[in-house]
Amino acid sequence: MPKIKMPKSNPSLDMTPMVDLAFLLVTFFMLTASVRVSEPVVVDTPSSTSEKLLPENVLLVSIDRFGKAFFNISNPQVRISTLERMGEQHKIQFTDEEKKRFGAMTSIGVPINNLKDYINLDDTQRQKLKSPGIPIDSLDNQLGEWIQFGRIEAAKQAKQEKDKAEAAGREFKYEPMRFAIKADGAANYIAVKDIIKIFTDKDIYRFNLITNLEQSE
Amino acid sequence: MAEVNTGDGGGGHGKHEKKRAKKLSTRIDMTPMVDLAFLLLTFFVMTSTFNKAKTMEINFPAEPKSDEERQKVNNALTFIMSKDNSIFYYYGEFFPANNKDGKPATTLEKTNFSKDGLHKLLLDRNKPTIEEINKLNEQLKTKAIADSTYKRLAVQTKGRKEALTVLIKADDKAVYKNVIDLIDELNVCQVGKYAVVDMMPAELELITAATAQ
Repeated sequence: MPKIKMPKSNPSLDMTPMVDLAFLLVTFFMLTASVRVSEPVVVDTPSSTSEKLLPENVLLVSIDRFGKAFFNISNPQVRISTLERMGEQHKIQFTDEEKKRFGAMTSIGVPINNLKDYINLDDTQRQKLKSPGIPIDSLDNQLGEWIQFGRIEAAKQAKQEKDKAEAAGREFKYEPMRFAIKADGAANYIAVKDIIKIFTDKDIYRFNLITNLEQSE
Repeated sequence: MAEVNTGDGGGGHGKHEKKRAKKLSTRIDMTPMVDLAFLLLTFFVMTSTFNKAKTMEINFPAEPKSDEERQKVNNALTFIMSKDNSIFYYYGEFFPANNKDGKPATTLEKTNFSKDGLHKLLLDRNKPTIEEINKLNEQLKTKAIADSTYKRLAVQTKGRKEALTVLIKADDKAVYKNVIDLIDELNVCQVGKYAVVDMMPAELELITAATAQ
């Protein structure tokens, strides 16, 4: 009886292309990924059809759904010098270590008096802590001070960089700091308006309102 | 497959042949590496944030010096946002009841964020501008005008004197999302002139009465 000889095939297949692809993708994602830093506040921004991207250099005020204000500056250098100015104003000394930690942090939502303790908390404790928001009363308008000092320090920083660039003979591209407002869709409009008023009182009229890109139906 | 060179130059000595080490496969088991690669891949895919925040640029008007200045915008559509995503609007100047000019008092119309509500209203009111913009779009498509010219003309068209002006106001029950949605709708409907402003006391009275119903 003739026996059908099945061709003996190796059950292990060549994985090389797959591995190549996998590593390519890993490399791609590693390089493009930016670390998602945990914010002390969850803000569910409303959606819009605008496709403009947020500029790099911003002073960001977040407003959560209860109308609490949070403050952030994207540039760490400016953050630190703003903190120094705020410290001077409120007679609070910050150590170099604290300044460094503050420079690496994200939005803050505590009054200046509690800021020192807040900086010294470690990350897990800080996440558990419920931020009370930065005071915005007209009597104790700390948010206004933060904005004011942030603006001055940003201008100083830009000037320094410009001088440095000019001394080195490079061309300097000045990118002014933009003012961004990231408010929760469910926040009461009056609360948002109060914060916008703090800006307009300081003659800042141009804002970037942060939104999500609307999903097409 | 690559062979391990044992240094045996192919001589035929029987003794050497016996001593030759057992031929090892050069294939490495890649499974753990692949596992790791995919684990990392999954991790990065999940943690990376692609959607960089989008923004809407907006200019807020400077605080007007007096109420009279505020009144001057009379050829405008005024929207007042209130609770439960409702929108009230009126066209033209605001006249409180029993005003001294003897004009009929302004009444508020109600609309909503649906397609037949706000969208239709804006398309209706802003028809001339939208037609102009459509003409420009057509020209851009047929390469009759350049990109930069198109942008300039579009801005010009939206900023014309007869183009629709919109005032946005909100009472204390409106949420931020309403305002953003409205501004977004204005952008979609090619309204170039809009401003977010404070309410007048008379308007507030009217809106309180309207929402109480």
